[in-house]
Amino acid sequence: MKVGLEHVEDLARGAAILGTGGGGDPYIGTLMLRQAIRDHGPVDLVGVETLKDDDFAVPFAMMGAPTVLVEKIPNGNEMVAALRALERYKREEAKAVLCAEIGGINALLPLVLAARCGLPVVDGDGMGRAFPQLQMVTYHIFGVPAAPMVMTDEYSNSVLFECANSFDAERLGRNLVVAMGGGSNICLYPMHGRDAKRSMVRETITLALGLGRTIREARRSSGDPFGAVLEFLRTTPYYQHCRVLFEGKTVDLLRETKAGWALGRVVIEGTGSCLGRRLDVQFQNEHLVAREGDRVRTIVPDLIAMMDSATAEPITTEGLKYGQRIKVLGISAAPIMRSEAALEVFGPQAFGLSDPFTPVEALNPA
Amino acid sequence: MGERLTIGVDVGGTNTDAVLLRGREVLAMHKAPTSPDVGTGIVQAIRDVLEQSRVPASGVAAVMIGTTHFTNAFVEGKHLNRVGIVRLAAPATLAVRPLADWPDHLLSVVGGSAEIIEGGYNYDGRPVNALNPDELRKVVRSFREAGVGAVAVSSVFAPVNASQEEAAAELLRAELPGVPFTLSGQIGRIGLIERENAAIMNSALLGMAERVVSSFRSALAGLGIQAPFFVSQNDGTLLDPDTVAKFPVLTFASGPTNSMRGAAFLSGAGEALVMDIGGTTTDVGALVNGFPRESSIAVDIGGVRTNFRMPDILSIGLGGGSHVVAEGGRVRVGPRSVGYRILTEALVFGGSQLTATDIAVAAGYADIGDRDRVKHLDRKLVAAAVDEIHRLAEEALDRMKTSAAAARVILVGGGSVLINRELRGVSELTVPKQAGVANAIGAAIAQVSGEVDRIFAYDTMGRDTALRTAREEAERNAVAAGAAASSVNIVDVEELPLQYLTGGAVRVRVKAVGDLELKGAA
Repeated sequence: MKVGLEHVEDLARGAAILGTGGGGDPYIGTLMLRQAIRDHGPVDLVGVETLKDDDFAVPFAMMGAPTVLVEKIPNGNEMVAALRALERYKREEAKAVLCAEIGGINALLPLVLAARCGLPVVDGDGMGRAFPQLQMVTYHIFGVPAAPMVMTDEYSNSVLFECANSFDAERLGRNLVVAMGGGSNICLYPMHGRDAKRSMVRETITLALGLGRTIREARRSSGDPFGAVLEFLRTTPYYQHCRVLFEGKTVDLLRETKAGWALGRVVIEGTGSCLGRRLDVQFQNEHLVAREGDRVRTIVPDLIAMMDSATAEPITTEGLKYGQRIKVLGISAAPIMRSEAALEVFGPQAFGLSDPFTPVEALNPA
Repeated sequence: MGERLTIGVDVGGTNTDAVLLRGREVLAMHKAPTSPDVGTGIVQAIRDVLEQSRVPASGVAAVMIGTTHFTNAFVEGKHLNRVGIVRLAAPATLAVRPLADWPDHLLSVVGGSAEIIEGGYNYDGRPVNALNPDELRKVVRSFREAGVGAVAVSSVFAPVNASQEEAAAELLRAELPGVPFTLSGQIGRIGLIERENAAIMNSALLGMAERVVSSFRSALAGLGIQAPFFVSQNDGTLLDPDTVAKFPVLTFASGPTNSMRGAAFLSGAGEALVMDIGGTTTDVGALVNGFPRESSIAVDIGGVRTNFRMPDILSIGLGGGSHVVAEGGRVRVGPRSVGYRILTEALVFGGSQLTATDIAVAAGYADIGDRDRVKHLDRKLVAAAVDEIHRLAEEALDRMKTSAAAARVILVGGGSVLINRELRGVSELTVPKQAGVANAIGAAIAQVSGEVDRIFAYDTMGRDTALRTAREEAERNAVAAGAAASSVNIVDVEELPLQYLTGGAVRVRVKAVGDLELKGAA
């Protein structure tokens, strides 16, 4: 399919839900993508199977503070420069752009790059959600190294990293982001069609588009957006185990920031069918775990999405405040994200939690 | 000071209200439909309160005016300037051009000339690029040829470093004498697009603001009032006429703000929720230190996204004219309403639509219209509707709370008769006597403020020094805006650490407020 102007808002809303509280507000991404589509035309969205095994394909993302991105908006050339530098180094020409993170603003930016280069975007990503660090992607889990990786700034100053492993790429890259003014454009995990086919969380761009469209249509027909969202998710290959975990209002909110992490927890007091109960959700940029008393209801890497209980508008951890009426959804992560190797990198223990990973469908039997 | 005579006027879309205060005492009040010609309405309102209280025009110390004029003009796209827009940012930000998301009807009036040229800063104040005066001069000349009515200047991280915007201002004064301009850093916050939009909006209103201010001025002169006058802005504080002429957008949403400030004054409450029940909607806002809590999210005005300060108001569809409908064993109240047609359509006025007001009359706690016309209503239906009205009010109040503790609530507005029993989660419910003119009172008692919204590096300067710097700057800004230095207080401090970034960068917002210093008129 072609992603045109009419799809931008749906994609942004779907991506915000899959951001599970983090990933950055997609708003600036929507403005960038609209301009790119106006200037260069709609973007081809292709299935990963259309890539030949030897086709060179490169994921793109931005790294840094969303607060910086809303001021120092990219010019677009630096995105292209990152891709070109990696192509030169690898002596290969990219046949497609890949998405690394479908949750939040990084869902939209690969399409901006693709529009500018006249390349297709492959339908899928490396998380099926949002995560805060470079190594927290299925590409890494399946043995694709993050480096060689190129980071650029608004002058197209380019820095190429060769790293021992993806953790080092994260650590070194994070420091360069500060020197680049708090936001960098990154091409990383360069790979070939065969790697993309085995390591990608497939079709997540279509899923995000579908989520956004479902909410828009449910609102227009003044139907129940949550019923529609659950119905839609159940038809999808990964997210089919989904529950409204809880409905209520936020009654307590604790935040602190450590080394660039927004840590905190929010307490939601039940209303309606949840009257008399409380849900406690802990977050580190993204939501990590939802607990009711001692009982875990959903835990990372499964998705915890908070949405306005009337409009189903996704709410980020930055946008949380006292008194919001919220519905909390627990959604299953893609099976390739629940493997033992995957859990080692972005399972509960990677975030310092002691609870074991248990799938949302086991924690909440139908 | 306590005996000072002040007049507050609130020009709303529907009514023009006025009060005359002696210190804290309301001597006279006035309410009349807003005249098509705003000046005439203000003159009538002021003349009326002067006559009622037998106070000579010369005895008035100050006049404060609140108006929705500028908001309406912008939303309707009327009397706006074509704006030349120059953003100091290249090579950054080219991926989103100015006016990116503006609705067509405003674009066709305001848009046309927009350029992104070299300049801008990083979050830590380092330049993205130096300002290139030759490039700017060229753009400014193209604006002159295009005949723009005003100019808007934006720059990346202008709230962190305003130097380039100020340098651009100097060049504008020299190259385009007589053409007014707005610098984004003077009104907006972090968020380039929203702040730039605010600057463009402001510039679009500049010519008209000048005219409105001079019409106020001549209206007052015609009444023989020599005292200074001020216009209320949307945080519940005042602007002098010259500042309004330069920053008309700061008056947006001053109506609900004045209403809340008036409620705070009438009840003496500093921390409380204000519930204003009208004919169609109920607005709930929160008072913090006697001022309306600000919205922390971007606000759309006429379809344009901005981020300048606005009060945090929750509107729900509950009012005196709300339809009451029985449906499958449940009773629904609102959001549909007969609105201003209540005087003909509600049952108690001989109409045929069951409204919330009819329920209040039937339940026996309101005395409005003809009580006999609602005698036939089913008792169970009435009881269920009364429950529903109170439930809606309770939920709206609860959504605006900042903690689980029971809150003090001040009830104003014509629809306040709908509430007659204790509300859950409310510790004290106050219905002030002069609640009908709370907005004019809010204008009359307004103070002046100063603000800071900047990113500080806590790891190099330390949190204490950063906060002290921000406080002192906010206090200085308040004094510069006209506050008596001895009366200035910090009313709000907010710290927002930047996420996904190491290095201890924290965005700090501080607001200081003080009493207006009236020179020679104490």
